Amino acid sequence: MELLKPELGLIFWTAVIFLTVFFLLRKMAWKPILKALDDREKTISDSLQTAERTKQEMATMKSQHEALLNEARQERSAILKEAKDMKDAIINEARDKAKAEGARMIDEAKREIENQKMAAIIDVKNAAGELVLEVSEKILRRELSGKDDQKKYINTLIEQSKLN
Amino acid sequence: MLRFAVKFLFILSILCRASFFSFASSETPGEQTETAVLSDSSSHENVESEDKKFNAGETIMNHITDSHEWHFFSVKKSDGSYWEASVPLPVILYNTTHGFSFFCFNKIWEGEEYEGYRLSKEHHIESIDGSLFYDFSITKNVLQLLIAVSLLVWLMLLVAKRYRTPSVVAPRGFQSFIEIVVIFIRDEVAKPMLGDRANKYLPYLLTVFFFIWLNNLFGLIPGSANVTGNIAFTATLALFTFILMMVGSTKYFWKHMFVPTGIPVGVWPILIPIEFISGIIIKPAALMIRLFANMLAGHLIVLSFLSMIFIFAEKSVIAGAGVSLFSIAFSIFIYFLELLVTALQAYIFTILTALFIGDATAKPHHH
Repeated sequence: MELLKPELGLIFWTAVIFLTVFFLLRKMAWKPILKALDDREKTISDSLQTAERTKQEMATMKSQHEALLNEARQERSAILKEAKDMKDAIINEARDKAKAEGARMIDEAKREIENQKMAAIIDVKNAAGELVLEVSEKILRRELSGKDDQKKYINTLIEQSKLN
Repeated sequence: MLRFAVKFLFILSILCRASFFSFASSETPGEQTETAVLSDSSSHENVESEDKKFNAGETIMNHITDSHEWHFFSVKKSDGSYWEASVPLPVILYNTTHGFSFFCFNKIWEGEEYEGYRLSKEHHIESIDGSLFYDFSITKNVLQLLIAVSLLVWLMLLVAKRYRTPSVVAPRGFQSFIEIVVIFIRDEVAKPMLGDRANKYLPYLLTVFFFIWLNNLFGLIPGSANVTGNIAFTATLALFTFILMMVGSTKYFWKHMFVPTGIPVGVWPILIPIEFISGIIIKPAALMIRLFANMLAGHLIVLSFLSMIFIFAEKSVIAGAGVSLFSIAFSIFIYFLELLVTALQAYIFTILTALFIGDATAKPHHH
């Protein structure tokens, strides 16, 4: 069969052509193409990984942020509470002080009043004594009859005025 | 590369010192039958036959075998002779006694003698003194091979240029198509079959795939040569696979073949020769025959269907016309099937090459 008999010439040329094409394409086509494909695949997977990592980082940052915010919030309420306490304390203290001061002033006033009262009483007593003396003088000048009775009466008056 | 191909054709035509379409007509008006439309493609000396009947076998054989001329068609002239549209191709012969001969086929295609060579009755070149010679001619197959690979290299370099840009760029146009095929060969053929050796053999597998596919496609063009359906072509490719298998073969591969552990020793004398033959010879031989037979079969079927038209037309023109409807429909169907087969056979050749090389270069931990 002619068909099944490989011809030497064609084998030779096929080999020459194939090898030429192989070495040419290996250097000029397959190497750059395969390298570019690998590079691209690497770039894509790298990008995906970076995106994933960034996403995770974002999540971590967000939770950190959240924690920070919470902390700030707590701190704020603590500060507010403290301020309120302080305010209350100040107010209480002021109130107490004012109360004490008031009491002291009242005491003082009372004492003053007492003193004044005592002074007034003494004054009154002196004035009463003088008045009595004056009255007595007048009475004595007008009528010196019934001396004993009158004396008794005067003494009684003096006694009474002393008691007051 | 395309420019190179055109230049090559040009140089070829000058070398041949012949116009592209030669006028090789016979002088004697024969009494040919009216129905003999298709002429024998290398019938430059046979035109004088008395009763030229359509010979399907001969016609088909002429279409599928290699030739020193590129025959397109013949037209019967009014005087009964034939005008052959045929391009003679360069003949390169190496004679063990006379050395190299280099001439154009049209020097001998009408039966003349030139530099001690002539055409035999079977249309083979023979040396007149019977000395031994080797034929390294640029035959129809070789020329088509050159045209096909010029296109292949040109296309691939064009695609490869797109990847030269330093940054990552999305593929576009024809590049996308080539890229899909390259990735397919890498991920579906090389990696599963070769594992960690994939990158080493990938350039070979890619070359084999595109080389076979493009030549298969070229073979489908009407009037073209049947390159991949030629056993010399497939044998050469199978030989390269065989060489790669042998060069890359590991100790493990040979040990596995000659020391089939786990099998009774009594069976070894039978098993070892079978393993050896199947592992070393049958594998590349199967590659060779599969591609050759598949591509040849496709051509044979199409040609047979078309030949039926002429066989029936010799009986009656109406029968020929009737058969032509059926023949053409079937030929078109087979033609589309062949389009699929071109890629399929290239793929099969590539995947089997990867498998065989993968087997031969396997390391123990891969099993």
